[in-house]
Formats: sequence, C-alpha cells, structure tokens
Amino acid sequence: MRTLKFLLQKEFRQIFRNKALLPLIVIAPIVQLLILPLAADYEVRNINLSIVDQDHSSMSRDLISKVTSSGYFKLADYSPSFDKAFRQVEDDRSDLILEIPPGFERNLIRENPQQLFVAINAVNGVKAGLGGSYLSQIIREYNNNIRQQWLPANKTTSLPAIEITNANWFNPHMSYYLFMVPGILAILVTIVGSYMCALNIVKEKELGTIEQINVTPVRKYQFILGKLIPFLVIGIFVFSAGLFGVARLVYGIIPVGNILLLYGFLVVYLVAILGLGLLISTFASTQQQAMSVAFFFIIIFMLMSGLFTPLDGMPHWAYIISQCNPVTYFIEVVRMIILKGSGPEDIKKHFLIMSGFGILLNVLAIWNYRKTG
Amino acid sequence: MEDVMIHNLVKTYNKQTVKAVNDVSLTVRKGELFGLIGPDGAGKSSIFRILTTLMLPDSGLASVCGLDIRKDYKKIRRIAGYMPGKFSLYQDLTVEENLHFFAAVFLTTVRENYDLVKDIYEQIEPFKTRRAGDLSGGMKQKLALCCALIHRPTILFLDEPTTGVDAVSRKEFWEMLKRLKEQGITIMVSTPYMDEAKLCDRIGLLQAGSIMSVDSPDQIIRNYPHRLFAVKAEGMSRLQQVLRQSMIIKSCYSFGDYHHVTLQEETLKTIDGSELTERLTNVLKQSGFIDVEVKSITPGIEDCFIDLMKQS
Repeated sequence: MRTLKFLLQKEFRQIFRNKALLPLIVIAPIVQLLILPLAADYEVRNINLSIVDQDHSSMSRDLISKVTSSGYFKLADYSPSFDKAFRQVEDDRSDLILEIPPGFERNLIRENPQQLFVAINAVNGVKAGLGGSYLSQIIREYNNNIRQQWLPANKTTSLPAIEITNANWFNPHMSYYLFMVPGILAILVTIVGSYMCALNIVKEKELGTIEQINVTPVRKYQFILGKLIPFLVIGIFVFSAGLFGVARLVYGIIPVGNILLLYGFLVVYLVAILGLGLLISTFASTQQQAMSVAFFFIIIFMLMSGLFTPLDGMPHWAYIISQCNPVTYFIEVVRMIILKGSGPEDIKKHFLIMSGFGILLNVLAIWNYRKTG
Repeated sequence: MEDVMIHNLVKTYNKQTVKAVNDVSLTVRKGELFGLIGPDGAGKSSIFRILTTLMLPDSGLASVCGLDIRKDYKKIRRIAGYMPGKFSLYQDLTVEENLHFFAAVFLTTVRENYDLVKDIYEQIEPFKTRRAGDLSGGMKQKLALCCALIHRPTILFLDEPTTGVDAVSRKEFWEMLKRLKEQGITIMVSTPYMDEAKLCDRIGLLQAGSIMSVDSPDQIIRNYPHRLFAVKAEGMSRLQQVLRQSMIIKSCYSFGDYHHVTLQEETLKTIDGSELTERLTNVLKQSGFIDVEVKSITPGIEDCFIDLMKQS
C-alpha cells in the first residue's frame, strides 16, 4: 500500500509538471466540447437558391416571399432564364433552382393544375435531400392556402384530410446539441483513457525508467495500478468538467437520470478503456508506435460507435463490428441516462457487456505484459 | 563466499540467431571490485540484465549473494543496486525527488542511508531542485549512483558507468567506487575502457559473448606470453605494412603514437633478448625508415586483450 502511495505521488507530480499534457487534459476537452457539436449539426440552413420567375405575377411573388422567409434558403440570384440559373449551379453559387413558368397565375386560376420546376445540385446528398424536402413542404403549404382561398367554403369541409401531429419525446426541440454533446463527452473520456494511459507507460519503456523500477521490489500489479488510477481520476475529472461545465453552462443540458448511476457506469467503462491502453502499451516499444496503434483504434471506435450516424443504417457486418466496440455502449448509456433518464434496469445489458470488455481487455493486457516482461 | 556465481550462462536473441552470452562462467567474491571488460556488443549488458533479474537466460545457472536469479528474483531486487548504461531516472523529477522516490520504493528513507551516499550527494546537492534531465552527464552519473545506493545494497551492478563521461569525472567516479568498496559493498562494473581495468581487483575479459580470461589485472599481464615492442618511425602506415610483411614479426597493430609488435617464436630463440631492439632498429633503418625508435615495453590490458582475442 505504501509503495502504491509513492507511485501515485510520483505519477501525479509528473502529470502536473508536464507543460504540454496538463493543458491538454484541462482545456482541450472544453474546447472540443464547444466546437465539435457545431460541426456535427445536421440541420441544413443557408441553402443557396436561384429563382427563375417568368410569370412576375402577385402569386409568384407571394410564393417567392414564402420560400425566402422560411429561413432555410438564401436567395442567391434572380435569373431571367433556366440556363442562366444553371450556370450559377455549375459555378457552385447556387444549390437549388426554382422555376416558375410564364402564365403561372393565370393558368392556375383558369385551369387549376399548374407545374413548378425544381432542380437540385445533388453533389452533397444530405443538403440536396433536405433542401428538396424543405422546398416541396413550403410549396405544399402554399398550395393548401390557395385551395382554401379559391375553393368554395362548403367544399373545403368535405376535403378528406389526415393531419399528422408529431410529439418529440426526450428531445422536444430536436436539438442536435442534446444528442451530440453527451456523445462527444464519451469520446473525450475514451481518448484520455486509452491514449494517455498507453503513451505514459510506453514513455517509461522508451526512457528506460521501467527497468529502473523493475529492479526495485515494486510489484507488477503495483506498477500497473499506479498507472491506471491516475488516468481513472483524470477521466472522471474530464467527464465531470464536460458534464457540469460545458454541457450545463453552455448547452443547458441537465442530466435527467441518476448521476450516481452515470458515474458508476463511467468507472466500469474507464476500467475497460484503460485496459485497452495498457494492452497497447504492452505491444508498443516507442511512443510513436503506441500513438499510431491507439489512433487506429480511436478512429474506428469513433466512427463505428453511432456517434455521428445511426447504427441501424449500417450494413449488417458493420453493425456487428459496432457491437464489438465498447464506445458504442458507453455513448448509448450516456445518452440514455442524460436524455431519457434510464434506470439501472434499462442499462443492465450494457453494464454486463461493459464489465465483460473490462475483464477481457485487462486480462489480455496483463497476460501479454507477463509474457513480454 | 562468492557474491556472484555464473555457470555456463547462455543468452540468445532473435530466436537464437544472435548469441549475446555464450557459455559464460565466472565468480565475483564478496567485497570485491570486479570489472567486466569488453568492447561494445561483447555481452556485458546482457550479463548485467540477467543478474539484475530483468531478463532470463536461455540456459545456465546464476546466483547473486547465494540467491537464484530464477527462484529468488524478488529477494535479489531488494539487496542489489543497479545502474544501467543508459540514464534511466525520471528526467522530469528533480534530483531530490528522484532520490526520495527510489528510497521510498525500497521502503526506506534518504535520511536512514544518507551516510552511504553523503560523499557523492554533496557534489550534486547544489542542484537538488534541478530536474534530472537538465543535469550534465557527470552529474547524471552521480545521481544515478546515489539512487542505486540509497537502499544500502549489498551488491552494486554498474553497467558502463563511465561511458560518455569526461576524463576528470571518470577519475572521480572510480575514486567513489573505491570508497564504496571500503564500506564492504561488492561491486561489479563493466567498461569498454581498458585503462580502467587496472583499477579493479579482478577483471573478466569478454569478447563476442565469451569470457577469455578472469584474473587480477596484474596476473593477466604477467600471463602475457610474448615480448612486446613499441616501434615508431616516419611514415607510420608504411611502417605497419612493412612490419606485417616481415618474416620475423608475429603481429603488429597501432597503439597511440606507436606500433605494438610481437616477434615469431623462432626469432626469439635465435636472437639474444638484449640485442632484439637494436636488431629491429637496424632492420628498419635498412628498409629506409628514418627517426626509428624501438623499445621493449611491458604489455597493458589492451595488449593482453588483443592477444587473447587472436588466440580464440
């Protein structure tokens, strides 16, 4: 016990003295939490729109003002012909073209059906899909208004209409922050746990200090605990700073669920991910190697964790990979507890799987450590 | 009583393709200053790493203070001090912190064993708040020695402690070792510098993983089987060529300002000892050399080393 105390003392002393690492631990998570959710915002605004109005009627003006006032579109230009507008798309100055044919108002009143033409630049699929659907939604609404105005009042009542009302649970305003911030918080903890832990141990190997320790009576388990505990503490610190600092103060996210449950799961997760760091450190003999291997895992873990994209949309084989990824479960649980207020019963499965990861990774790491040492 | 016993020790690397330690046997007596002398790659560090329980040998037996390196490695770690060839203390901790840390992991304190390191520590004490990484080479060595001594080991393993250290610091370092020896600590030290060999009680000459000879430096010199001459003249490289081609010369290698030369056995039999230098001088003068200087010398450890290397 006394030996462990001295090892921890030394470890914290070194961490607090490291001029590069300390800001990274304290400031980087805050900065990342401030910036990354903005980048992961899927709401598409500021779609550039070209309008070709060949009608110049009060109705076409009305439609145009409806479209531009929706907030989704930015009127890029007002072209006299479709070809001119298409040049704008080719030059990337415009994403969407709305063409209103000549005699639009007259024909609509006289003959009823009328056509509008929408052309979309689909290089960016997400933008094209969303822009197209926003635009058709606005046109549909506009159409309904016209029908109400022009059709006789008694006929409107007989129109069959199914109206759909949505209720968005757990995230009523469909805010992306609410979804992304807990996920990014989970990633930050992962980086601290695996990266820094692995690098720290490998540094001792690289500098030869591990040999100097190995000729002392310090036992291997003491040495390993002396490495894991500081990073467990730092992981918890980073998580707390993110949760109570940035998430609460900047994004106004207040966990709905039980904080103790959240921290309980965090500790289990950190043990698993520190095991991964330890495992990497047993394979690598230089910090560069450790960095490359850790980076490889972090990238896969991040992209296969359901952080950015829903897991259900993946092909089956990719889905299976994501289910072998500890980060997947952690992100899920963090979101469940923070947003849904899930209880112990709901995360029981996650808890068991994570414990499994923890045992597996640590046993592998210690087994490999024995073999190489 | 032997503090180190090594018997038929073998260690290979790279799936047995590289033999680092090849059937080495030697003993180090209690209270002795034992030097392991050999060039880079001779296997010195491998032997040290085996004795300090950092590495297991492929075969052979080894014990430190009667403790087996395989079974009793935990006990060995408590009584042995080790200073690796590469500076391996925490560079981001200060001099003081390093010393206290290594005392702490041995569950002792600096105060308890201060008398042992006092002489050495006093030299680096002015820099005790400086980080170990910022010390000069000689200071680093002194700190490393302090850290290896702070738990009062019964045996000290020093792997090339003077490599990369200036001549003055080297001299100081050996004086420190002498004082430690007086305190009854057994010291096993390795060095590639042959001139340091005579400062040891006994030495083992190591070459390509094999021990060529183990004895006191004086005895090793006494066992040198040849008469040795130092030869000097204008045009040293041509002189070496000529000497090597000569029928009466057995070996010739450059050594500082001179060439060291040994003669064939038959030559020694036919010519009387005292005339040898004169005859050699005349032969060389006839070959057109000027400023010829030939003298009979007593061999150094390096001469013995080269001779033993040729024999094996």
